[in-house]
Amino acid sequence: MNSQPDGRPANLLEVRGLTKIFGTLKACDDVDLTIGKGEIHALLGENGAGKSTLVKMLFGSLEPYSGQIRWNGEPVAISSPSVARRLGLGMVFQHFSLFEALSAAENIALSLDDDTPIGTIAAKARALSYSYGLPLDPYAMVGDLSVGERQRIEIIRCLLQAPDLIILDEPTSVLTPQEADRLFETLERLREEGKSILYISHRLEEVKRLCDKATVMRHGRVVGHCDPRNETAASLARMMVGNEVQRVVRMPAEDMQDAEKLLEIRDLSRRPATPFSTPLNGICLDVRAGEVIGVAGVAGNGQGEFFEAVSGEVLQPAAGTIRLRGKDAGRLNITGRRLLGAAFVPEERLGHGAAPRLPLSENLLLSRHATDGKAFVGAAGLLRTGAIDRAAQRIVGVMDVRKSGHDPEAAALSGGNLQKFLIGRELDRRPAVLVVNQPTWGVDAGAAARIRQSLIELARGGSAVLVISQDLDELFEISDAIAVMHNGELSRPLAIAEATREKIGLLMGGAEPRHLHQAAETA
Amino acid sequence: MMRVELVRRPQHSTLFSVLSPFIALVLTVIAGALMFSLLGKNPFEALYYYFVEPLTGLWDENNRWQLHELAIKAAPLILIGVGLAVCYQSNNWNIGAEGQFILGAIFGSMLPVVFPQFQGPLVLPAMLLLGVLGGALYAWIPALLKTRFNTNEILTSLMLVYVAQLLLDWMVRGPWRNPEGNNFPETRRFHMDAVLPEILPSAGRANLGFVFALVAAVLVWVLISKTLKGFEVRVLGASPRAGRFAGFSAARMVFFAFGLSGALAGLAGISEVSGAMGQLRPVISPGYGFTAIIVAFLGRLNPLGIVAAGLVLGLTYLGGEAAQISIGVSDKVARVFQGMLLFFVLGCDTLIHYRIRISGFRRAAPAEAEPVAGRA
Repeated sequence: MNSQPDGRPANLLEVRGLTKIFGTLKACDDVDLTIGKGEIHALLGENGAGKSTLVKMLFGSLEPYSGQIRWNGEPVAISSPSVARRLGLGMVFQHFSLFEALSAAENIALSLDDDTPIGTIAAKARALSYSYGLPLDPYAMVGDLSVGERQRIEIIRCLLQAPDLIILDEPTSVLTPQEADRLFETLERLREEGKSILYISHRLEEVKRLCDKATVMRHGRVVGHCDPRNETAASLARMMVGNEVQRVVRMPAEDMQDAEKLLEIRDLSRRPATPFSTPLNGICLDVRAGEVIGVAGVAGNGQGEFFEAVSGEVLQPAAGTIRLRGKDAGRLNITGRRLLGAAFVPEERLGHGAAPRLPLSENLLLSRHATDGKAFVGAAGLLRTGAIDRAAQRIVGVMDVRKSGHDPEAAALSGGNLQKFLIGRELDRRPAVLVVNQPTWGVDAGAAARIRQSLIELARGGSAVLVISQDLDELFEISDAIAVMHNGELSRPLAIAEATREKIGLLMGGAEPRHLHQAAETA
Repeated sequence: MMRVELVRRPQHSTLFSVLSPFIALVLTVIAGALMFSLLGKNPFEALYYYFVEPLTGLWDENNRWQLHELAIKAAPLILIGVGLAVCYQSNNWNIGAEGQFILGAIFGSMLPVVFPQFQGPLVLPAMLLLGVLGGALYAWIPALLKTRFNTNEILTSLMLVYVAQLLLDWMVRGPWRNPEGNNFPETRRFHMDAVLPEILPSAGRANLGFVFALVAAVLVWVLISKTLKGFEVRVLGASPRAGRFAGFSAARMVFFAFGLSGALAGLAGISEVSGAMGQLRPVISPGYGFTAIIVAFLGRLNPLGIVAAGLVLGLTYLGGEAAQISIGVSDKVARVFQGMLLFFVLGCDTLIHYRIRISGFRRAAPAEAEPVAGRA
């Protein structure tokens, strides 16, 4: 069925043997991909599998080394994103490129090449957004919008150019489950209209539910084409990862009610530091010895601000707001809090958790120069390089950090390996309290399992562990209770036994906790 | 439209990072030869007078004094340069070392000028300490403005240079003018206890200032590469957010970096005045504070590299004087050489990290947005 009766080929896009080489790395190796008209096609793969490289070549922002792209049966050279747009390709990026201080319509106008008046654009955008069930106020300031609403702007911006193929890069990673459902309805509507969609994701359940076909990539190569509806999540995962990933084992926790409170947060509020950061409002939370508490929430609801406040990068006005092991810590900076036994792993690895251009040994010193002052710093402030180096190599061994050279720069490690080092750097101290933001973001499945297991083991060893994450699967896997952060407020933690995706999802979308409890009781 | 763009190289060559200052030197010499021939001079002769003649003391006993002159010129450049290296490594941009140099000289000269009756072996150490203090205090003004009011330290420290120059000018014409000096705008000459001793008085004029410079270079090298404080400097400079995560205070670092570089500039100022001059005059520096910026970068912000760079830039001062006398070119030529050197150093450093791409008419431009590593 290569051509239809009217002589036009059925396939919108055909990619044959596409290859891209960076230095010695084949980011894409002889990739084939076929997308038919009116088809939602999933592109599956772990981080670093080559999905983004492939998409960048399709969208004209990278030049292929070799291979062929056929569009409606014609060979084409997509030399730039504007060429791609003219052909009828549209792209919604994972990371939005929107100006927060401009309105939605102004942002859309910026991406259009002609000088249509703003009023016309706003009217069109409004009409389009309502007809696809993604209501949008074109005059709203982007800075005031939620992440989901910002994504709508990107989608509308893309649809305004009437593309035949829409590429969506990890669209649900920033959405609540309910927002994601709405997006799926829109995508199904687009499919009915005969548009094709290339849907990039690593979430297997939604791929199974939504997509007609799937192409799975691993290490730059296509390892299989399949119909996701005939596969199980486990079989898809096997294709993606190559072998069975070790399951994380969550040992049953003992009764926590009597355990000592190692981290206490009392009525933590924080005014926004910039016009577009989220204020924190009356956050209360206890983390006891032996337990893992998860903080769920859609990105941008104050998790970063919360982490900064708990870690002591930003101080609190009252000393009693944060208590560590029973001592007031609100007026202590991050060093003071570390000395009380706390350890922290921020979301951003390069530039926050680690200095990119410094070697691993010095990045070890970064968070431990005070807590391990006796071991690492000698008389007159002279560094004990031998001891520091031995400790760094010990962590590398324990966490199985893959690196080249003895002591490479942090930036030379892959994201997953650097994250293993940064977590290992703190675990090596056996901290009484560990606060970690996005522990496995962008980390491959094997390393993620290892990191999660080590967090559970730390807690079962008698420490208090607080995990902030946008990955619900992860939180359900490791937490003893999950609290939800929405708009700078934190819900009461739900014990894992009574937490369900629906309840958490509603809280992520901003449902009143009280309302939820009533709903749960009546159900 | 043709466009010229800089594209970041995925990896930079270690070899060329090391070679870069030398390539910059060679390019400066070539450009200098070109400049001399455009001026109608024989370029080889001019370069000989510029770069070789001042060094003849190395093998000619009778010209040994010239090496001492080189040490006199290089000492303040090295002292200021190593201080600036700490500043720049911590991402604080002190452009006002010239002013801190002058304030160090004024503070230190207070003793021999205002209290000439105070004599004895304590005078000189006290003067040096006052010089250090004056430079550091003056450098803390832009530091305070930066930390309290978030002002741009490049502008404030630079503008304070002109304040310092006018202050010195007013001091030597007004309150501190030598009462027995026939109304010349200069202070009284320092008494013997207030003069910085020469290293080898029989061979030339070089004074202890050069020893201070070498000691400072070694100490700062140890500080930066071997101590926790130096680690703090490097982390806060390279990655401020990681520095905050480490628990280091960026504001305190501003004061530390400005204080240290101001102190060393102040020490250079008082050493210059009490060693080479013996009194305060309306102008006490041929731009050492600015030339030291070039020294710091030519030395790759490494204190030991800065010793070598300080000698090279000291040579351009000496060569400028020599060429003025022997071939009759303007004294501005020395400035031109220094400017070209900084230009080529920064140019070489930039091209180690970036490559130039020229693209015509926006065609295919984005297709190459990420360069292929093999070409780096």
